[in-house]
Amino acid sequence: MTIRSEVSADGFGLTIAVEGRFDFSAHRDFRETYERLDAEPKAFTVDMRETTYLDSSALGMLLLLRDHAGGDAAEVKIVNCNPDVRKILTISNFEQLFEIR
Amino acid sequence: MSEPIRVLVADDNRTDRLLLSKIVALEGHQVISAVDGVDALEKFRAARPQIVLLDALMPKLDGFEVARQIRREAGDAFIPIIFLTSLTEADELARCLTAGGDDFLSKPYNSLILRAKITALDRMRQLHATMQDQRDEIAQYNARLLREQEAAKDIFDSVAHSGCLAANNIRHLISPLAVFNGDVVLAARNPAGSMYVLLGDFTGHGLTASIGAMPLAEIFYGMTQKGFHLADVLRECNRKLKDILPVGYFCCATMVDFNFQKGTVEVWSGGLPDAYVTRSGGDPTVAVVSRHLPLGVIATEKFDGSTEVYELAPGDRLLMCTDGLLESRNGDGEMFGSERLMQILERHRGGDACFEALRTAAYAHMGEQRREDDLTLVEVTMLDEHEIDAPMPNYVASGQIGPRDWSLSFQLGPTSLKEFNPLPLLQHVLMEVPALRIRGGVIFTVLSELYTNALDHGVIGLSSVVKSTANGFASYYQRRLDALNALVDGFVRFEFVSRASDSGGYLKIRVIDSGRGFDVAALHARRADETGAYHGRGLNLLYQLCDSLTFEGCGNDVEAAFYWGDGSDGSA
Repeated sequence: MTIRSEVSADGFGLTIAVEGRFDFSAHRDFRETYERLDAEPKAFTVDMRETTYLDSSALGMLLLLRDHAGGDAAEVKIVNCNPDVRKILTISNFEQLFEIR
Repeated sequence: MSEPIRVLVADDNRTDRLLLSKIVALEGHQVISAVDGVDALEKFRAARPQIVLLDALMPKLDGFEVARQIRREAGDAFIPIIFLTSLTEADELARCLTAGGDDFLSKPYNSLILRAKITALDRMRQLHATMQDQRDEIAQYNARLLREQEAAKDIFDSVAHSGCLAANNIRHLISPLAVFNGDVVLAARNPAGSMYVLLGDFTGHGLTASIGAMPLAEIFYGMTQKGFHLADVLRECNRKLKDILPVGYFCCATMVDFNFQKGTVEVWSGGLPDAYVTRSGGDPTVAVVSRHLPLGVIATEKFDGSTEVYELAPGDRLLMCTDGLLESRNGDGEMFGSERLMQILERHRGGDACFEALRTAAYAHMGEQRREDDLTLVEVTMLDEHEIDAPMPNYVASGQIGPRDWSLSFQLGPTSLKEFNPLPLLQHVLMEVPALRIRGGVIFTVLSELYTNALDHGVIGLSSVVKSTANGFASYYQRRLDALNALVDGFVRFEFVSRASDSGGYLKIRVIDSGRGFDVAALHARRADETGAYHGRGLNLLYQLCDSLTFEGCGNDVEAAFYWGDGSDGSA
């Protein structure tokens, strides 16, 4: 599991990419990508292109990010999900909370 | 200079003994001296020195034997032993170490080297002691943690896997993988005799799960017993979990209402894998998909309590599971998956052996590993109501005597009809009458049938003929929901009158709605030959359950009556 993050040039957007299994072991690294920032991004993107698996604590981490980004007013996108990851997000009906593409 | 310690010097040669003692004492250590092997052991036992200097060759008991004895008696504690020897052959020096010595010092003694060796060995001794303290601390901590977890598990199990799970129409499997896993299975009957079953899977195991399970179970049992609708129970569970759980923690859940009188199951599912309706009659298995967010994620205002209703024949089953089953992996890392599950369900088509086949297949798949997530399976079977052996809720009323002459009129306008379920409240009032308590289930059923008829067929004006086919059944509930959302006027009014004496009494429930009514005579004519159809069962039920049932006016005014004892009101 590796987590990389990148703030866009204008400081407005943050992209977090999760590689491998997205589970509880990612907890600290995932939080640090958005908590230890000088910039204050408004738009968040979680890139799942390299994510092989998602468990319920990963769903919890996504909720934490959404909360950090402003809760119901948050702009959080989840992109590039493989079918397995997509299925887990669908079962939990997370499309009601996130823009999933 | 190191911390002063106690050093045992055992040497039968007086000169050597004095010399060594002098060197050690000059370092600030406390010296205990012994003159032979037996003396050395006695002094060791009495003074518990931290380091031992031992002459290899002594009368009575040689140093090698003394070393072995000290090792035995010291147990876990590390007591460094330095052999003092005039031996010079390599194999003899090596023997000092194999006998349990940690180092040796050859004659003639060099004070500089002796001091250095004592310091080095004392450093090892302290390190060893620290490690041992930490090990003991961890062991103690671990033991305490396990004890607490055991206690928490007992509490969790009694709360989380409780209710009428032993009923003859429920089968369940809860794997005891973790000390306590995050899976919750609750089951109870409501006052009308329906059975509510909730399967929940909390994120994270252990303490978070057990904390969340407490209010979940409490709300589930409390509200089910009072006759609240499935959606009301879930809304309250969602509110409570949202309040108490930190962000990121939630509970995936499926909750079902088995109505044995009508042969239906109503399902709400948020975040759990598909549940399955399996048909004993050979029809294909139907997947019931999760349509909602898990409990504890969104605020009450946004909570969606909409449900789906399936019609079930006796012997039909509903199977629920947590993701533990689907995600369990075999030796090759391959998940069990929903295709495998579906194959087994289809092979058995609602047969009695299905649950066992599933359990066997799951364990075979996991092989020796049997670990990973929680594995929880629940199967609920539709039976005739009289076959169900699970007890009905006991109603706890405030007094033994209760009201004897009273009436109540309660009218709901359009907004209330949309948002409020009056049945628990009204049932609560009725159950204050002692004679009605033993018929609580019947009365609740009658109350809810009367209300459903008044609302669906009266105020909203839906025809139950829509329900004539299994497909129509689903669309009926959709149309009902749409019509209710669009409602702008209309009412349902309950009028209760009850009298009681020492010898008997009665309760009359009159329900009037704002609808157009219906052709009462035609309905009565049809009634005889329609038992068993998808619609019209509600009315038949009412005729069976009430002591009398009469329609007034154009059918939008109905009165159900119950009598007990001699039926008198004490006025005659």
